[in-house]
Amino acid sequence: MFESLTSKLGEVFDRLRRRGALSEADVTEALRAVRVALLEADVALPVVKDFIDAVRTKAVGQEVLRSVTPGQMVVKIVHDHLVQVLGSTAAAIDLKTSPPAPVLMVGLQGSGKTTTTAKLARRLKQRERKKVLMASLDVARPAAQHQLAVLGEQSEVATLPIVPGEPPLAIARRAMTTARLEGYDVVMLDTAGRLHIDDALMAEVTAVRDAVNPVETLLVADAMTGQDAVNVAKAFAGRVGISGIVLTRVDGDARGGAALSMRAVTGQPIKLIGTGEKLDALEDFHPDRIAGRILGMGDVVGLVEKAAETIEREEAEKLAAKMQAGTFDLDDMANQLRQLRKMGGLGGVMGMLPGIGKLKQQMAGANIDDKVIRQQEAIISSMTKKERRNVNLLNASRRKRIAAGSGTSVQLVNRLIKQYQDMSRMMKQVQKLGKSGLMRAGLKGLFGGGGGPGFGGPGFGGPGFGGGQR
Amino acid sequence: MSDTAPARTGWLARLKAGLAKTTAKLSDGIAQVFVRRRLDARAIEELEEALIAADLGPATAQRLAGGLARLKFDRDVTVDEVRTALAEDVAAILTPVARPLVPDPARKPHVILVVGVNGSGKTTTIGKLAHHFRVGGAKVLLAAGDTFRAAAAEQLKIWGERSGAHVVAREPGADAAALAFDALEQARRDGADVLLIDTAGRLHNKSDLMAELAKLVRVIRKLDATAPHDCLLVLDATIGQNAHQQVETFRELVQVTGLVVTKLDGTAKGGVLVALADRFKLPVHAIGVGETIDDLKPFDAHSFARSLMGLDR
Ligand SMILES: Nc1nc2c(ncn2[C@@H]2O[C@H](COP(=O)(O)OP(=O)(O)OP(=O)(O)O)[C@@H](O)[C@H]2O)c(=O)[nH]1
Ligand SMILES: Nc1nc2c(ncn2[C@@H]2O[C@H](COP(=O)(O)OP(=O)(O)OP(=O)(O)O)[C@@H](O)[C@H]2O)c(=O)[nH]1
Ligand SMILES: [Mg+2]
Ligand SMILES: [Mg+2]
Repeated sequence: MFESLTSKLGEVFDRLRRRGALSEADVTEALRAVRVALLEADVALPVVKDFIDAVRTKAVGQEVLRSVTPGQMVVKIVHDHLVQVLGSTAAAIDLKTSPPAPVLMVGLQGSGKTTTTAKLARRLKQRERKKVLMASLDVARPAAQHQLAVLGEQSEVATLPIVPGEPPLAIARRAMTTARLEGYDVVMLDTAGRLHIDDALMAEVTAVRDAVNPVETLLVADAMTGQDAVNVAKAFAGRVGISGIVLTRVDGDARGGAALSMRAVTGQPIKLIGTGEKLDALEDFHPDRIAGRILGMGDVVGLVEKAAETIEREEAEKLAAKMQAGTFDLDDMANQLRQLRKMGGLGGVMGMLPGIGKLKQQMAGANIDDKVIRQQEAIISSMTKKERRNVNLLNASRRKRIAAGSGTSVQLVNRLIKQYQDMSRMMKQVQKLGKSGLMRAGLKGLFGGGGGPGFGGPGFGGPGFGGGQR
Repeated sequence: MSDTAPARTGWLARLKAGLAKTTAKLSDGIAQVFVRRRLDARAIEELEEALIAADLGPATAQRLAGGLARLKFDRDVTVDEVRTALAEDVAAILTPVARPLVPDPARKPHVILVVGVNGSGKTTTIGKLAHHFRVGGAKVLLAAGDTFRAAAAEQLKIWGERSGAHVVAREPGADAAALAFDALEQARRDGADVLLIDTAGRLHNKSDLMAELAKLVRVIRKLDATAPHDCLLVLDATIGQNAHQQVETFRELVQVTGLVVTKLDGTAKGGVLVALADRFKLPVHAIGVGETIDDLKPFDAHSFARSLMGLDR
């Protein structure tokens, strides 16, 4: 449904096809596509308008470089401006105060405050060796305080003992006193979810703010938020005052326009992003990655880094050794398939790619999806150990048995075997390139560059994608 | 659009100032556009933008605004006329999907699986639904199928107490499918009328988590091939265009049969629902309008449409 902006602009400029400076007409035409892309990405309308105006001013009259198309030129200007608005440098959590430093977490219901509280506490403890105390001021949601206590155990961060019936303000004060007495560096205050239009609850959190005077007040917001993001961010910034934003569920496939909306209307930086339910799934915010995603150009940097991060070293080395010895077998292939699936599946990987529109079509055409991967895993698991080690054993009757056992067809079994053979051939080729070359080849294989192993081809196992989700 | 620049002081600028200053609510947007004016091309475009600001999405907004243009182009119109006409168009799209959730009394139990992305309001909605069915005289059993999130079972147990429904729960990390299976067995033994199964929040693009859900469905079907009889996807009203992908994927992988939209007590109007109704035709069974047990209301196409257009406030 979302065509890549680059290809959309390509269409616009194919019609114009002209070199020299970008004219007002060119730019206006191009910005129409940019506008739709931003709206589809959930950037709030008033923010879109300001953004377009600013880009128009920047773009008109710019010389189009010889080596690029006007479409690429506009994308570059749009992208750069987007990065600039999102905040060109990563803003760190600032705890500079005499300890204990209070950090207040606020936001709508279900945005991810409690989880993010624990994630941040864990990070401060592990990375900065801070002594952190967490306290839940949520007396509204059933089992909210218990939830934070469990997360405290999981992350080995202390939580303030629960006193049933104690109101939020009193809990906050007790947390600060305890922290002072027991020598904590940081006090993380998780609060109940509240609507920005709920006067009583907004007053409650304002009172907490006044009592503890937080060094950081973080607005926790969902990356999937639509146009309402501006209202929410404005209200929290105006009423409570915020020092930064945490964007959660960036591990989803929402385009994340809310990031731009909230940043633009509050002027506050996005400090962190949540990328999963697990407590280690908290990352620094990189404007360029979100910019690419909002524009629908794919998160190239993110993809490469994710791939690099999640390669399990040992796994990669084992694989390299196996290839050296020529013993890459179907068990190894099953392993690769499993890891690919763990990475978020093809959908997850594809979502991060540039030109997603085209790729998705290709994918649909080749009928490649996670179902296929699961089918392939089933086929391999229906083989005997011996067969998995030596494909040559797989004669017609064995293939029939495997097809029946895995609930697939002989055709699919044949296809898998062919893939395995292509894959081991390719692996022999990349063997010479060493480990880094191996990864590159894996990516290329995975994404099916022209002529190379395409979708459904041998590239699927891109050596060593791993990393769990939960 | 190059001619918009000189028009800065005109409608566009006013609309823009209005949107920036106010809460960007749709009604305000429309009010800015149509104090009383001729419905010309620019007015249509601005109207379209006001619809976009309510999360209807650029495509649906264009279609609705275009539809209005066909009827009333170049005529003088008032705010109320425009709002009413649009509300009628929206209501026409929504009326076919406004259908309550009615458990089949012949089934003992009628199994309802509740799914959705993280934090959308699944557990709370189950609590509210349990209460609703209990009030209707049904015997209700709840299955704490979220064995992943911290204190998820405790949360559901409190909703069980509030609604007077028994809760089947296991230790954290237990297999959700096995738990659901046992809960269904128990529901049969106890002669329960309704079994509501809570599940862990999961993003639709995580294939392994989606596979887990599909497995849960397969497992309970071993006991009852027709279960689950309803599969509810819970959507948060603040969500934007990503709702499309959510509905698409959940529907494909676990055969979602209906939607519940939560948190409509906020300023988000849930406008994406209009496009969803048009595209997927899935029934919208109920809406969540608060955090207490009574805050579940039937979905009424007309009042939803009118509230979307800023009428009846
Ligand atoms: N996939 C994903 N899930 C997340 C992320 N952050 C939080 N969650 C999940 O979102 C759900 C809600 O998170 P909570 O931390 O309970 O949200 P909250 O804001 O404290 O909710 P209330 O206290 O009810 O307002 C849980 O299922 C979390 O596991 C994230 O970055 N990615
Ligand atoms: N204002 C308002 N809040 C709601 C509504 N429905 C749910 N909530 C709140 O939203 C938050 C999340 O609700 P849950 O029921 O825990 O959501 P969930 O989908 O079960 O979350 P996970 O299990 O973590 O994925 C809680 O704070 C609820 O009180 C509603 O209709 N209006
Ligand atoms: Mg919470
Ligand atoms: Mg839940």
